[in-house]
Amino acid sequence: MNASRSVAAALFLLAILPHAFAQRVSAIDAARSEVRFSGKQMGVSADGRFGRIAAQIEFDAAKPAAGRVRVEVDLNSVDIGATEVNTEVKRKPWFHVAAFPTAIFESTALRAMGGARYEADGRISIKGHSRDVVVPFTVRQQGRDVVFEGSFTLLRLQFGVGDGVWKDTDTVSNEVQVRFKLVGAAVK
Amino acid sequence: MCRSVYSLAAVLLHWLTAALILAAAGIGLYMVDLDFSPAKLRTYSWHKWVGITILLLTALRLAWRQLAPPPPPLALPRWQARLAASVHLALYVLLFAIPVSGWLMSSALGVSVVYLGMVPLPDLVGKDEALGEQLEQLHWILNRALLVLVILHAAAALKHHFVDRDAALVRMLPFLHPRT
Repeated sequence: MNASRSVAAALFLLAILPHAFAQRVSAIDAARSEVRFSGKQMGVSADGRFGRIAAQIEFDAAKPAAGRVRVEVDLNSVDIGATEVNTEVKRKPWFHVAAFPTAIFESTALRAMGGARYEADGRISIKGHSRDVVVPFTVRQQGRDVVFEGSFTLLRLQFGVGDGVWKDTDTVSNEVQVRFKLVGAAVK
Repeated sequence: MCRSVYSLAAVLLHWLTAALILAAAGIGLYMVDLDFSPAKLRTYSWHKWVGITILLLTALRLAWRQLAPPPPPLALPRWQARLAASVHLALYVLLFAIPVSGWLMSSALGVSVVYLGMVPLPDLVGKDEALGEQLEQLHWILNRALLVLVILHAAAALKHHFVDRDAALVRMLPFLHPRT
């Protein structure tokens, strides 16, 4: 996590500048941030989360267009609530973590949508497949923290997640809702 | 004569339940050995749907018993009458307890039951993998008890029919010709 440390150092420098404020630049507090996902199998909700995420966020509420977001999700940290299934989803037909350990979102453009609402255009890369996505999110200040929250829907088959017999979307839905909460670490 | 056999509804509910128990057992024994696959997810769901159907039918049967009480017990030695009544009671208890233990297990293991893929049933307990595994054991033990009781129940019916030559089986199977 060298990158995040240098970002933290950059943050610190920015934070002590006279007009710097929390929303301007933010590194995330990984322990309080989370990425969750939710799909369906046989009509039953199947929810999970990723325990290890890293993000670099440059965001100024006054100039969102100048912002930049990069989120990395360690797919090895998947937890879908059952030990057996956790093992299975790391295997080749699903995430194939041995070859593709990280899912990445990288923004290409941010824009204000009014109030606390924003949108990020960006690219998501999972298992060697990249897709353009539009991610709506909100930003709110919570004490010293800045909380980025949003959700969007992915089609797992576009990323080859659930290959072979698992392509059957009657059993496991193609749509997977991804919800994220990124908590900007308090900057002093 | 009309009071000597079970009502048609009672007869249908009895045999439908028997068929569903057989189906649930067959699917259940098959699904547990499958590798993690769509077939596994499908068969687990089917098994749960059959189990919930048995639960609903059992509730319906008990309600129906109040509206249309069963014919009076056969004239039997006291120990046999008592044994028959106990086995029937135990079967009813298991027809509730087994689906409920499966439902509890599903809740604890975090895979909720969505009846027929359409009606989400509430989770009875919070997610707890260890508890889920204990409930799995319980589900298995209760099913073995059911197997024993079903064998006893069926053996008794056959014994009454072929040895005692009484109406025990015929009154639950009116399509069968009464023995003379």
